Amino acid sequence: MEEHLVDWSRAQFALTAIYHFLFVPLTLGLGFIVAIMETIYVKTGSQEWKKITQFWMTLFAINFAIGVATGLIMEFEFGTNWANYSWFVGDIFGAPLAVEGILAFFMESTFFAVMFFGWNKVGKKFHLLSTWLVAIGSNLSALWILVANGWMQYPVGMTFNPDTVRNEMTNFWDVLFSPVAISKFLHTIGSGYVIAALFVVGISAYYLLKKREVSIAKKSMIVGATFGLITSLFLTLSGDESAHQVAQHQPIKLAAMEGLYEGRTEAGIVAVGMLNPKKTLTNEAEPYLFELEAPYALSLLGYHDIDAFVPGLNDLVYGNKERGIMSVEEKMARGKIAVTALEDYKEAKKANNEQKAFEAKQILDQDMKYFGYGHIKAPEDVVPPIGLTFYAFHIMVSLGGWFLVLFSVLLYLSTKKDISRYTLILKSAVLSIPLGYIAAEAGWIVAEVGRQPWAIQDLMPVNIAATQIATTNIQISFWMFAFLFTLLLVAEIKIMLKQIKIGPNGGH
Amino acid sequence: MGFGDLELLTLQQYWWFIVSLLGGLFVFIMFVQGGQTLIDTLSENETEKTMLINSIGRKWELGFTTLVLFGGALFAAFPLFYSTSFGGAYWVWLAILFCFIIQAVSYEYRTKPNNFLGQKIYESFLKINGSLGVFLLGVAISTFFSGAEFHLNDNNFVLWDNSLRGLEALANPYNYLLGFALVFLTKISGALYFLNNIDYQPIRERAVSSIKFNMPIFLIFFVGFTAWLLLKDGYAVDSNSVVVLEHHKYLNNFLEMPVVLGMFIVGVAMVVIAVFVAVVYGFTCCIRTAGVGTVVTVTAILLNVGYNNTAYYPSLTDLQSSLTIMNSSGSHYTLMAMSYASLMVPFVLAYIAYAWYSMDRVKITKEEIEAPDAHNY
Repeated sequence: MEEHLVDWSRAQFALTAIYHFLFVPLTLGLGFIVAIMETIYVKTGSQEWKKITQFWMTLFAINFAIGVATGLIMEFEFGTNWANYSWFVGDIFGAPLAVEGILAFFMESTFFAVMFFGWNKVGKKFHLLSTWLVAIGSNLSALWILVANGWMQYPVGMTFNPDTVRNEMTNFWDVLFSPVAISKFLHTIGSGYVIAALFVVGISAYYLLKKREVSIAKKSMIVGATFGLITSLFLTLSGDESAHQVAQHQPIKLAAMEGLYEGRTEAGIVAVGMLNPKKTLTNEAEPYLFELEAPYALSLLGYHDIDAFVPGLNDLVYGNKERGIMSVEEKMARGKIAVTALEDYKEAKKANNEQKAFEAKQILDQDMKYFGYGHIKAPEDVVPPIGLTFYAFHIMVSLGGWFLVLFSVLLYLSTKKDISRYTLILKSAVLSIPLGYIAAEAGWIVAEVGRQPWAIQDLMPVNIAATQIATTNIQISFWMFAFLFTLLLVAEIKIMLKQIKIGPNGGH
Repeated sequence: MGFGDLELLTLQQYWWFIVSLLGGLFVFIMFVQGGQTLIDTLSENETEKTMLINSIGRKWELGFTTLVLFGGALFAAFPLFYSTSFGGAYWVWLAILFCFIIQAVSYEYRTKPNNFLGQKIYESFLKINGSLGVFLLGVAISTFFSGAEFHLNDNNFVLWDNSLRGLEALANPYNYLLGFALVFLTKISGALYFLNNIDYQPIRERAVSSIKFNMPIFLIFFVGFTAWLLLKDGYAVDSNSVVVLEHHKYLNNFLEMPVVLGMFIVGVAMVVIAVFVAVVYGFTCCIRTAGVGTVVTVTAILLNVGYNNTAYYPSLTDLQSSLTIMNSSGSHYTLMAMSYASLMVPFVLAYIAYAWYSMDRVKITKEEIEAPDAHNY
């Protein structure tokens, strides 16, 4: 398959995913924040809380629509751009998507209408229930798509069927409760909650700086900061578990996240550092131009043991007999045996030679876990882009730390002091809104770029997964999507800014 | 006895039924799209237009969700169709998706201040979605009967045999019949929905006029499609799983599956009677009858093409690459697991019906739209 085609298909999917994840996180978190606000309104009967709820709900709605639209594109892009992959995994991947449709999307879309248009049509309690159900529905839909994504990072609960040439599900619960899927879900929704909290505290801070809507802004600030502090802590814990899962199942991604070329025990994490662009797998150059390391942290993060050995890129690519790590070259050889065995199996089946088919199947089963390596051309090809993965990881972690500090300070000031006097903190809160998005996108880069070249870890590289189509088609549609998504993003930002400017007392 | 005890073929038939039902529901919910094409015809001023847009705008997410579920169910239950059609007929599907993206934002952004593109552009988006989007969907579904140019390699990977990647379906005039039939059907159901949902006489009168105009055109295309379907050769699967052309296959399918034929006749009759009663007697609740009729008719058409040893996605270039519900489905285990999930569907339908009932109990009025605290589209 043409290399350009694969690159353009990846670019298009990345484009859609990046745009999609600009809108989804806010929906995930703001839904709950709005539900909390409305609960306070229903409990207290205060008209001010109703106004607060309706204001944030309006911003929620502006954001919601594009999230839905880009989500639709993503679902169908699995078919349009990755047709071979769709067949190879459809038996597993399709199930979570369909359950998502049945359980989550309908809940979200049905109660969305009640939430916005039902204020004077249904009772208070039914309205509140609808708001909670929209929030729960949004998060449930994230569950299923992230289960599917988790499966791609750590394929479990299936067997390969050579007759249909695809993976077939054998245990739904293994797929659903895979530790990678669970940690991916928790960490991703956590990032959405933090983004939403940053959005609420940032806009509230803007009003306080402008000395507008002071009472509403202070109340919103308390809800946002409390939600943000709790979810930031949750994000830290789920991030720790996420890294642990990466160490167990995708060690090469962990090595790329840290720019770790040579494995070592008691490995530290680079707190601040810059990679040496001249460093390659085979030369002796120093990996970093400079670095400041937090000792033991990587061993602890990856293996929950400060003495643990963390394999480096060289160990994982060229093997390390002492540590029992197989080289990629050997995996490639075994992968090729599996690929050949599959061809032999198909030939034998065509010729109705059951004995030969049985033997080929046995060989295939033996080396199936290396099947994807049979399509890899050189050992070094299994190394993901190190620079992008390294910097994305460090940006995400650093910003996560900042958010924790920010929410702590905001909560303290908004409950114990007159927060409107602390302009520097308020300005920091406003400026932190985009930082939340940067952290979330960086997280996706770590997760998705860090697993290249695999569409499905160890089983299917991206060059086999792509639809066989002339590259020009993908290029044209890439630019069409880029244009349309950008247009819609500009529209959303302009409407959002205007609505914020109008404020709770002037908008609907 | 659970789903796990059922034979693979039974599960495949069960899932084709679910997919067909979803197809039927989706065509019904496209009254939103049809309504979008009528916003200028049925309104004389901004308030009336806003009433129309708010009436259907409160249902747009359901259409979107049904489309997503339709895609998800196909992916799960018939993954080979998913990879073959979406990967192969690339441009048709992308064009349809484009038509749907622009719908999603249009309702919410149309009247918001500083909306960047202007109200007219968002209204144009709604009209494109309602006409071109629906038409292309009709054309895409019509290829279930007319076939497409593809073959599958021995890994079941699709190779499309026409560089237009799906747009070649537009070169077959028969595909236009279903495309236009859907466009006019959705216009009629949109008008019926307005009749029921908006308590405002001038709009109701214009809705009835539009039904009078659109119904004959719909009938021409629908009768044309039905005649083509019943008279054409179809793609049958013989006892050796070999795909062969069979004279009047779809007519035979109806005759050999009288329940499906009965569904088709009853469904069509319900739509026609609903329209007649709405136009002649001025009833406002006919969207229910017409809606059920639409769901039943479309379900019957899709059952016809999937059941009774029929290839539902025929290949024109390599007959043996044609897809049947047998060779394109998920495994027994997946279909079984999915079948348990499908037991949730009645609950989902129940809460949708309840929420819909609660919201539509109070009809949209001019006063509601003009209220200062209204959240309007």
